[in-house]
Amino acid sequence: MAELNTAPKDDGKKKVRSKKSNPAVDLTAMVDLAFLLITFFMLTTTLSKPQSMDLAMPDKDEQIDDENPKAETPAWRTLTLVLGSGDNVAYYIGSLDNPQPGGEPVIAKYGKNGIRQVILKKSKEVQADPRRTKNDETLVIIIKPSEKSTYKNLVDILDEMAITQEKRYAIVDITPEDVQMLTEKKAY
Amino acid sequence: MAKVKMSKKSTRIDMAAMCDIAFLLLTFFIMTSTAKLPEPVEVTTPASTVQIKLPDVNLATITVANKSAYFGAIGQDVRKLMLEKMSEKYGIEFTEEEKQRFSLIESFGVDIRALKSLIALDSGERMKPGVQTGIPFDSINNQLVDWIQSAREANVQLLIDKNVPKKDQKDMDIAIKGDAKEEYPTIKRVIDILQSKKKNNFFLVTGLRGEDF
Repeated sequence: MAELNTAPKDDGKKKVRSKKSNPAVDLTAMVDLAFLLITFFMLTTTLSKPQSMDLAMPDKDEQIDDENPKAETPAWRTLTLVLGSGDNVAYYIGSLDNPQPGGEPVIAKYGKNGIRQVILKKSKEVQADPRRTKNDETLVIIIKPSEKSTYKNLVDILDEMAITQEKRYAIVDITPEDVQMLTEKKAY
Repeated sequence: MAKVKMSKKSTRIDMAAMCDIAFLLLTFFIMTSTAKLPEPVEVTTPASTVQIKLPDVNLATITVANKSAYFGAIGQDVRKLMLEKMSEKYGIEFTEEEKQRFSLIESFGVDIRALKSLIALDSGERMKPGVQTGIPFDSINNQLVDWIQSAREANVQLLIDKNVPKKDQKDMDIAIKGDAKEEYPTIKRVIDILQSKKKNNFFLVTGLRGEDF
């Protein structure tokens, strides 16, 4: 232990220190402090870079090409997610006025036990469906955020797309029928 | 045989050298870290599992909170040129000193007619709550779209000035930094504004979280 050139403490518990001619200060504590500050600055600089996710929207006024007319996705492989208020999301398969068997609108919650299971299950169903002819025919997800949903809801859904690795999805405007459906289910 | 003398070696290590190195590292990290600049409005972004880093340069950020929008572009020269283009569009003259002061503002949110008084304020005064109420973006008074276009034009012009080859002239990236509790219609309006100017790819600034939610 280094000693400072002070008068020796005589409280009986410590040993009587011997006087040294040149005082030496122990720098261990200072090194600890310096490394603490280093760690702090190292961590804060890496944390300051904000994360992001990218969003690609389809072109708003895309020209209808006569050679490649916009193909309608068959109803059996679409899953529509309608984002309602109060962190509720309603999903249905196909279209509202002509629902697929077992595809009536149901309310779900966000998260891995909620909507993620729905997406994964539907994705598997589409893969196994006998109507599937080509390999690139996968589930198409249509996201319709309502006016009462929050930005967080939208980011959560886009996150689910990334987690479940669904590459085919589109954000479209909500229709009055969807709003009515949400109101009936008390999610608007 | 000679008596083996047990030499009393001192076990004290001089920590001065380690202390020097520690402070050198500390100075390095202090110099290389960028201080967080105050923003006109505090935004809590939603979290996502996607880890795409925001670009460091060539970026403009639209901050959306409390139904209002704030705009900021990276790069002092970009900001200065952007202001010059806006002053042309709106017929408001800015002195050289005002342009210089403006180029130091990271992010702002005021009507362009109130911009002169904002520039004249101290940087501490600017960030007081209630001073900056947002850039208007309704259909009759859409200043936000003009700011975005000016930023993109300024960016392209600077690239041309630097003799960057045409194939490397990328359009400016746009990031939307929205508050998590913001209602969807405001965000939709901002996205619609971007799409109206053929900007279909943009970044959403998010926090980070695991998949278990």
